[in-house]
Amino acid sequence: MSILVDKHTKIICQGITGKSGLFHSQQCRAYAKEHRPGEDVFVGGCTPGKGGTEIDGFPVFNTVEQAVQKTGANCSLIFVPPPFAADAILEANDAGIGLIVCITEGIPVLDMARVHRAMQGSKNRLIGPNCPGIITPGVAKIGIMPGYIHKKGTVGLISKSGTLTYEAAWQMGNIGLGQSTAVGIGGDPIIGTMYIDLLKMFQDDPATESILMIGEIGGNAEIQAAQFIKEYVTKPVAAFIAGATAPPGKRMGHAGAIISGGAGTAAEKKAALEAVGVVVADSPADMGTAVKRAIDKRK
Amino acid sequence: MKIHEYQAKQLLAKSGVKVPRGIVAKTPDEAAAAFTELGGALAVVKSQIHAGGRGKGRFKQHPDQPGVVLVKSADAAKDHAARMLGSTLVTIQTGAEGKAVSTLLIEEGLKIAKEMYLGVVVDRESGGPVLIASTEGGMEIEVVAHNNPEKILNEPYDVEAGLQPYQARNVAYRLGLEGTSIRAAEKLLKQLCQFFVDNDCSMVEINPLVVTADGDLIVGDAKVTFDDNAMFRHQDLLPLRDLAEEEPMEVQAQASGLSYVKLEGNLGCLVNGAGLAMSTMDIIKYHGGAPANFLDVGGGANVDQVTEAFRIILADPNVKGILVNIFGGIMKCDTIVTALLSAYDKIGITIPLVVRLEGTNVEIARKMLADSGKKITIGTDLTDAAKKAVASLGA
Repeated sequence: MSILVDKHTKIICQGITGKSGLFHSQQCRAYAKEHRPGEDVFVGGCTPGKGGTEIDGFPVFNTVEQAVQKTGANCSLIFVPPPFAADAILEANDAGIGLIVCITEGIPVLDMARVHRAMQGSKNRLIGPNCPGIITPGVAKIGIMPGYIHKKGTVGLISKSGTLTYEAAWQMGNIGLGQSTAVGIGGDPIIGTMYIDLLKMFQDDPATESILMIGEIGGNAEIQAAQFIKEYVTKPVAAFIAGATAPPGKRMGHAGAIISGGAGTAAEKKAALEAVGVVVADSPADMGTAVKRAIDKRK
Repeated sequence: MKIHEYQAKQLLAKSGVKVPRGIVAKTPDEAAAAFTELGGALAVVKSQIHAGGRGKGRFKQHPDQPGVVLVKSADAAKDHAARMLGSTLVTIQTGAEGKAVSTLLIEEGLKIAKEMYLGVVVDRESGGPVLIASTEGGMEIEVVAHNNPEKILNEPYDVEAGLQPYQARNVAYRLGLEGTSIRAAEKLLKQLCQFFVDNDCSMVEINPLVVTADGDLIVGDAKVTFDDNAMFRHQDLLPLRDLAEEEPMEVQAQASGLSYVKLEGNLGCLVNGAGLAMSTMDIIKYHGGAPANFLDVGGGANVDQVTEAFRIILADPNVKGILVNIFGGIMKCDTIVTALLSAYDKIGITIPLVVRLEGTNVEIARKMLADSGKKITIGTDLTDAAKKAVASLGA
């Protein structure tokens, strides 16, 4: 078992004829081929105006609706440029695709406010934007992460940052830990899926035995997550919060990573998580060992 | 993108919001003429810099001169302007180096009965814009939020439908406004919330909002910041950018597709990915060092970008050593090292350089570094690299 992605997931890419879209679609297809030879996992893509063509063996459709009808896809991976990305998410939502993973970085925040509004009560789930995607090791990779660093295992990984996710997966691999599923939720102020939804899924997933959440400065999502952990999560949880040294009011790459007026500092978040029994790594070099400590604490 | 108070007020005025009559002055004579043209007994002379805290701020060259001052004559306006223009204003938000003042806003004096606070930002929780209001005007809202959170009203509104009249009235009544001020508030709040959405702002702050003796509501001070990601559809706003207010290296980095923020320390860092870059700063501090910058070269770092990144880091005279931290994923480590070595030669790096690589093809990449004959220290892991980099500064 795993969360969000399993052996029934069928993926299309919106923006498949773009450079990044094609490259990463190929990478995801190769990952599926390696781990599940003979199965059709990555089934095509969409680019308006290029419907009916083929690109490197992927059938291309004009609309998501057509792609879903023809391929039975239930997941869309979005690589559409920022000015058009919100429209792409809404198109996938309207087509009722199920799971939408948006990699695009730099979407205007009010576009995401419109998406958020349109997706109220939607049966589809959005992951991202501005995220590395999702991987269930050995089953499917839906994103831009290097697949081989994610070993099969029982740790549920939730992260706001891309490269920090890779770092954590790598550290875990070095001490014999792997992931049930790893989810990059994205570093933007408005994102489709927050920690709490995923904490609940990991808690309810029998294949997940522990959880690592990687957060950063800005907002109070990690503090809400701490409250939720206290109420609902019984599995061991470890965490790391990036940005302890960031100066207030400055944007650190991620649009969400701004701390102003003392709200959303790394210290506040760390304290809130520790108060509910989460093992919080002091150094980013200790994310893997923090998971191990969280697990050992329960033994 | 930030803009100046006078620019924010001009934009707000265009969308119907009431702002004080004001004139921009760039010389002492213009300041005097502005006073005369405004025609009142009282005017305010306000330094135009992007940082807040101007009223309490003082000039380096004139330690008794505040950044905002009330004047009662054209001569006084001219005298103050002469001390302010071309001088450096230090406020709580500028840092010790301060900001040079080259523009003043001369405004009519207002009959202030009350001062309030209004702000609009994006609320992560409700996933849309939120109007913030408080009776505690003229104070930093963060201080109010900390000391008297009950005095802050939050009114999330729909990004498509805008703030509804009843929402505006609710806020107005809760602020204790009465009489004609209620109608004035209903209009102003709706305009402000619409302005925020129409212009893709990331923040609009009116502090103080002045309630005049006859119940009118006027924008006392205005701060407007736009969402950088949305500037592609607001080309008309681009000329409002004042590069003199920004860190030159940050501007240059942005032009090369790098994300750079200058900090106070002496250990430069070059990292791929925002989260890893922040964490690299954290681990430097954790091991007793001080990061000189945040620098994210992005996922697809090539020779030109890495070279530019080194150039930007080395342009900071405080930098005494550099830590490179790369997690090679899709972008392979050996590709990064090729870029690194080429940049090293192009730039001629003479200060200690510690490189930590991990990920795809890391073995090949480490061998390339070791065989290069360059004075590059290899960090075996994150901790080792951070320790070696911090130690290299002491040597």
